[in-house]
Amino acid sequence: MSSDKVSTQNNTLKSDKNALGEDYCLELNGGEILIQALLDQNVEAVFGYPGGVVLGVYDVLFKNPQLRHILVRHEQGGTHAADGYARATGKVGVALATSGPGATNTVTGIATAFMDSIPLVVFTGQVPSSMIGNDAFQEADIIGITRPITKHSYLVKHPDELGDVIKEAFHIAAAGRPGPVLIDLPKDMLFSKGRYYPNRTPRFRGSYRIKQDASKAISSAAALLAQAQRPLIYAGGGVVSGNAWEELRELAYKTGAPVTTTLMGLGAFPESHSQSLGMLGMHGTWAANMAIQECDVLVAIGARFDDRVTGRVADFSPKSKKIHIDIDPACINKNVHVEVPIIGDVKTILPELTRLVPELETREWYREIEHWKATHPLRYQQSGDDIAPQYMIQKISELTKGEAIVVTDVGQHQMWAAQYYQYNHTRSWITSGGLGTMGFGFPAAMGAAVGCPGRPVVAIVGDGGFQMTSMELATAVDQKIPVIIAIMNNGYLGMVRQWQELFYGKRYSSSDLDASNPDFVKLAEAYGAIGMRAKTPEEMHNAIQQALQVNDRPVVIDIWVRKEENVYPMVPPGAAVHEMVDTPD
Amino acid sequence: MTDPEIPSAESSHILTIKVSNSFNALARIAGLFSGRGFNIDSISIGESERPETASCTITTHGDTRIVEQITRQLDKLVDIEEVSDLTNEPHVSRELALIKVAAPPETRSEIMQIANIFRSNIVDISPATLTIEITGNRNKVDACIGMLRPFGLKEVARTGMIAMPREYQGSV
Ligand SMILES: Cc1ncc(C[n+]2csc(CCOP(=O)(O)OP(=O)(O)O)c2C)c(N)n1
Ligand SMILES: [Mg+2]
Repeated sequence: MSSDKVSTQNNTLKSDKNALGEDYCLELNGGEILIQALLDQNVEAVFGYPGGVVLGVYDVLFKNPQLRHILVRHEQGGTHAADGYARATGKVGVALATSGPGATNTVTGIATAFMDSIPLVVFTGQVPSSMIGNDAFQEADIIGITRPITKHSYLVKHPDELGDVIKEAFHIAAAGRPGPVLIDLPKDMLFSKGRYYPNRTPRFRGSYRIKQDASKAISSAAALLAQAQRPLIYAGGGVVSGNAWEELRELAYKTGAPVTTTLMGLGAFPESHSQSLGMLGMHGTWAANMAIQECDVLVAIGARFDDRVTGRVADFSPKSKKIHIDIDPACINKNVHVEVPIIGDVKTILPELTRLVPELETREWYREIEHWKATHPLRYQQSGDDIAPQYMIQKISELTKGEAIVVTDVGQHQMWAAQYYQYNHTRSWITSGGLGTMGFGFPAAMGAAVGCPGRPVVAIVGDGGFQMTSMELATAVDQKIPVIIAIMNNGYLGMVRQWQELFYGKRYSSSDLDASNPDFVKLAEAYGAIGMRAKTPEEMHNAIQQALQVNDRPVVIDIWVRKEENVYPMVPPGAAVHEMVDTPD
Repeated sequence: MTDPEIPSAESSHILTIKVSNSFNALARIAGLFSGRGFNIDSISIGESERPETASCTITTHGDTRIVEQITRQLDKLVDIEEVSDLTNEPHVSRELALIKVAAPPETRSEIMQIANIFRSNIVDISPATLTIEITGNRNKVDACIGMLRPFGLKEVARTGMIAMPREYQGSV
């Protein structure tokens, strides 16, 4: 590391610029522009990790404690935390890493956010401009590496550009279908002087150019829906990111159509409502999956006909005419042909559609649905001193009164958390749906807790996945972030074990963790967090209640559940949705 | 009698793209094709009427659904201002090729005659070779290369197609 001099005449950056006009300009070095621009974007927290080329930025941070920087313990955790923050708040999440290995460590987090359309701005340091391409120390072509998993990226060569780039990046991350944007910052740029115009709005490119007028399509959709005898609304993550849950409710209530949500759309429609069928897809409810196959008009809203939803796509919802509302034109007809595509913002389209549709006659249809619900409910056995994994989720749901922000990792616990926690609020369910990233849950929960202080945040994680990012306990202790980490400890890579049981002749190759799992209570305590263990329903009840009282540090609850339980219903790989397998009785 | 024309499921398409003039933009376009398994038959890119913008022509093939996906995915890239599919629009398209062909004295004049028929130029000559520059639509370039192949092609370089819509679309 070299010891370049930073000019620091005005040590603390100010924010009294508003009175001044567009031409108001600050002469600052790149690092100072970065921090000032983040403050101007009202960024509340940056999840970052220092290193050689970004030390200049950290020096500016040192002098500007009004910008909260959260030192994570691994840059993957930083991007996941920024992602969790974004999902919980609806704002843009911000992460910062150094060049080379710091930058490459962010890749999994960026890909996770990209797949689930989460707005992030990720800053990475880069070697000095003159050395780019020379295989310099800690150089990585992070723009190239992340090109397929970012919505856009910038290499900023001169500090004059930086202010506008940051404004544009925040705009692009959140506009249209949201996604991650990366800004690569060469070291010399961070140290040289440039001009920053806080009050100038650059000409934004690439905000979604919605070319056609949707009104025609909306009336066709209304006409189609008016004819429906077996309507079904299939709502996805787009309803959440488009903040359109109220508009969705209006449409559902007016038409009376039943509603199923995807894994990403959980919470977009209250599951306590009689029109709710719960989640659909590979581990969806029997009623939701049957309804998808039997409906005559399917209204897909902010959903993308993902293969975990469609099952064998040739036999997906064969009897229905399909309406698809989405902000991303590239999602239309990508996997499934639809009769009426409507491209645009769900929040403005849904009210127009609702205005045009009548109340539908659906009594017959609900009779069938009620039959499916009654004959094939979600179910499990809880008896004796064992804790059924589903019971663990149900208990958390009860004890938090359905009011917690639930963040999951990936595996069986994720599917049970989707099935058995009752979601009545949007942005209260955070999961890596598209990429299915183990290690996401705990750091994302940390980010959610930073964004929503005062709300209980429960990370439901597996004993496997938690170990991928458990080092963030240090971060949560350091920052006094009160996250409850409920480990569903089944001693297995449970989801892998389930597939091995069902499809690989019970050959449990490399999926048994029991002998090698750490003592999670001691692990928590080693970091200064609270650790508790629960082996019986009663211990679990008490531990969760105690944990909910803690508000100044993370609590790890190691919950020993029945080990070889499977997630049902299950649409086996390659099967059609209605060929799902229900819980064996 | 010929069969009525059956529209083939897979057809060629000409896409023109206005894109910001940077390597990153070109890399994003190319990456989109490779990452999503789309085909590129040819790609050409160069500065447009404005220096900050490049004009890019891609020829690709696939069924309607695929080509629609390609244009929509391209349209999402922040660097791209506009994507048009010119396939079914009136348009002009050109390609340029340099063809170095074996041309010993015995065949040289025959080759020069062929070059003449295609209204191409001879831009380089050596005792054993001629280098021919030809411009035209792709069929013409294909035909010229086809005619020269039997003489022994030494080297061929093609620019790939460039295209733009015809301005005057009324009847003449
Ligand atoms: C980073 C990563 N590696 C591997 C996988 C594949 N995978 C999906 S679920 C799973 C098992 C998860 O085990 P655990 O965290 O204990 O959760 P459980 O299924 O037991 O609830 C694995 C290995 C993945 N999704 N992500
Ligand atoms: Mg497990």
